[in-house]
Amino acid sequence: MRVVVDLNRCQGYAQCAFLAPDVFAMHGEEALLYDAEPDDARRTDVLRAVAACPVRAITVEGAGGRWTADRVGASNGA
Amino acid sequence: MALDGSLERLRREGHIVVVGASLAGLRAAETLREEGFTGTLTMIGDEPYEPYDRPPLSKQVLLGLVPVDQTALPRRRAIDARWRLGVAATALDMAAKRVALADDTSVEYDRLLIATGVRSRPWPNELEAGLDGVFVLRTTDDAARLVHRLRAGPRRVLVIGAGFTGSEIASVCRERELPVTVAERGPAPLVGALGGVIGEVAAELQHQHGVDLRCGVMVTGLDGDGAGRLRRAHFSDGDTLDVEVAVVALGATRNTEWLAGSGLAAGPRGIACDAGCRAFDVRGIVCDDVFVAGDVARSPHPLFGYQFLSLEHWGNAVAQAEVAAHNMISPGERRRPHLWTPYFWSAQFGVNIKSVGVPNMADQILVSQGSLSEHRFTAAYGYQGRVIAAVTFDQAKWLEFYQRQIERAAPFPLPFTTVDRRTEGMRPVPAGFPDPSVPSHGPEVTVSGHSPTDQRVTFTPA
Ligand SMILES: Cc1cc2nc3c(=O)[nH]c(=O)nc-3n(C[C@H](O)[C@H](O)[C@H](O)COP(=O)(O)OP(=O)(O)OC[C@H]3O[C@@H](n4cnc5c(N)ncnc54)[C@H](O)[C@@H]3O)c2cc1C
Ligand code: SF4
Repeated sequence: MRVVVDLNRCQGYAQCAFLAPDVFAMHGEEALLYDAEPDDARRTDVLRAVAACPVRAITVEGAGGRWTADRVGASNGA
Repeated sequence: MALDGSLERLRREGHIVVVGASLAGLRAAETLREEGFTGTLTMIGDEPYEPYDRPPLSKQVLLGLVPVDQTALPRRRAIDARWRLGVAATALDMAAKRVALADDTSVEYDRLLIATGVRSRPWPNELEAGLDGVFVLRTTDDAARLVHRLRAGPRRVLVIGAGFTGSEIASVCRERELPVTVAERGPAPLVGALGGVIGEVAAELQHQHGVDLRCGVMVTGLDGDGAGRLRRAHFSDGDTLDVEVAVVALGATRNTEWLAGSGLAAGPRGIACDAGCRAFDVRGIVCDDVFVAGDVARSPHPLFGYQFLSLEHWGNAVAQAEVAAHNMISPGERRRPHLWTPYFWSAQFGVNIKSVGVPNMADQILVSQGSLSEHRFTAAYGYQGRVIAAVTFDQAKWLEFYQRQIERAAPFPLPFTTVDRRTEGMRPVPAGFPDPSVPSHGPEVTVSGHSPTDQRVTFTPA
């Protein structure tokens, strides 16, 4: 699955790092580093983190990879 | 909604072409669909990858915590686009409304969004730039090459330029326990973006983490061995240093060459557009069917005297893309201005650095909370008696407050006492920005006057 955090919004509250420690980790006191394409097995944890983030900074791609058909592969107009 | 017939048709069955398939391009495409565009959407990108995120490249990717090819951006929704990846746009014919591509095909558009971003400024000496061991960091391919080399454990890494990217790279090297030298021709790291007062803190951080930091010097040459591998660097103070890896972090240059001769106001400083993201042509007249967003744009900002700003900021690319997309398919009275207050973050040496506003316009700075020596503080920037920016080191939670002060043009220094104010924050001091005509490294914000066609300022690295 795919994850991006809007780090302008993130205030380093670390809720995500508690709920999905394999995916989100604090680096120092306040800087957040994260795995942008965690294993699908982490989905439940990640969705919990999304819901818990007090500033709604975390975006994940729609549940179940609904939009994979739209991903490239079908590139180059061909 | 009362739409005239042609706009209705555009929304229903028009053709929108996006050149530059990265952050701004993708978020614009999603917004177009979100807002009901059902016509044909073509995404043209010269990189062979679908849109991916760049900030991790100099952080978790370079640290080896995340694989290089795994920063693809999550999609907010399906965009049902025709993708033309791995093909560059090579020319724009505005009269024919056509974009020419590198594979000798072309695509016609009803509306065009240009989001071609920037690229790293290469090392100016081409022979030296070609040495094995000399890198830049902008793309996932750059990151792959650099990570591979850092993993091999080079005896010393040289980072040329101590802007945000260079400083983050140096930080990663230290975390990997690699010896690293940073050469910066300005008086301190980050000085172009945050000024001399904060630059000193950045220098302290680097020293504390064992970086061999050399300010006020330039790298004058890079030597290779017989096999074309980088071996040595020469400095303007006469010193030489054995290095196996050099990362050139001298800022970025706009991807606008393909627009030469098109009649758009496009040049090395970006493409000028109005607050509604419509591109200016060279006469200073806005085009109704060509829009611009992201790092490649230069747009006037009402909070900063309507000066044109070029922002190499993730958040700006997203916000501007959303406004541009909305305006591309909306009638005049429903169009929105791009009024985003600049926001930026950087993670280095374990510190979360964030800023809001435009620090490098400031003349004064005041440490309003915390302490510089503890490397945890909030500092406000003032320009002619107004708050125009703030920066935090590990105090991100205060930034929103300063955003509001900037947006309401609050007086500087702030007329109230903030919590945790120390003696060093009792009065403003000069912010210490270097003379902009003597650039140190590419500042991530460029303030460039009032004219859409102003291309006077030139910059020659090293
Ligand atoms: C290493 C690194 C770290 C960063 N860290 C931060 C950070 O911590 N905080 C922050 O706020 N910002 C950061 N940024 C900046 C942020 O990534 C950019 O602001 C953002 O990527 C801008 O998006 P964009 O879509 O406008 O441009 P880009 O991401 O530059 O995308 C432009 C795309 O257009 C393509 N293109 C160019 N010319 C053509 C052509 N003629 N035809 C077709 N395609 C073309 C390019 O190859 C590229 O894929 C960082 C950037 C880098 C490189
Ligand atoms: S929960 Fe949200 S604010 Fe807190 S660290 Fe995670 S992303 Fe940042």
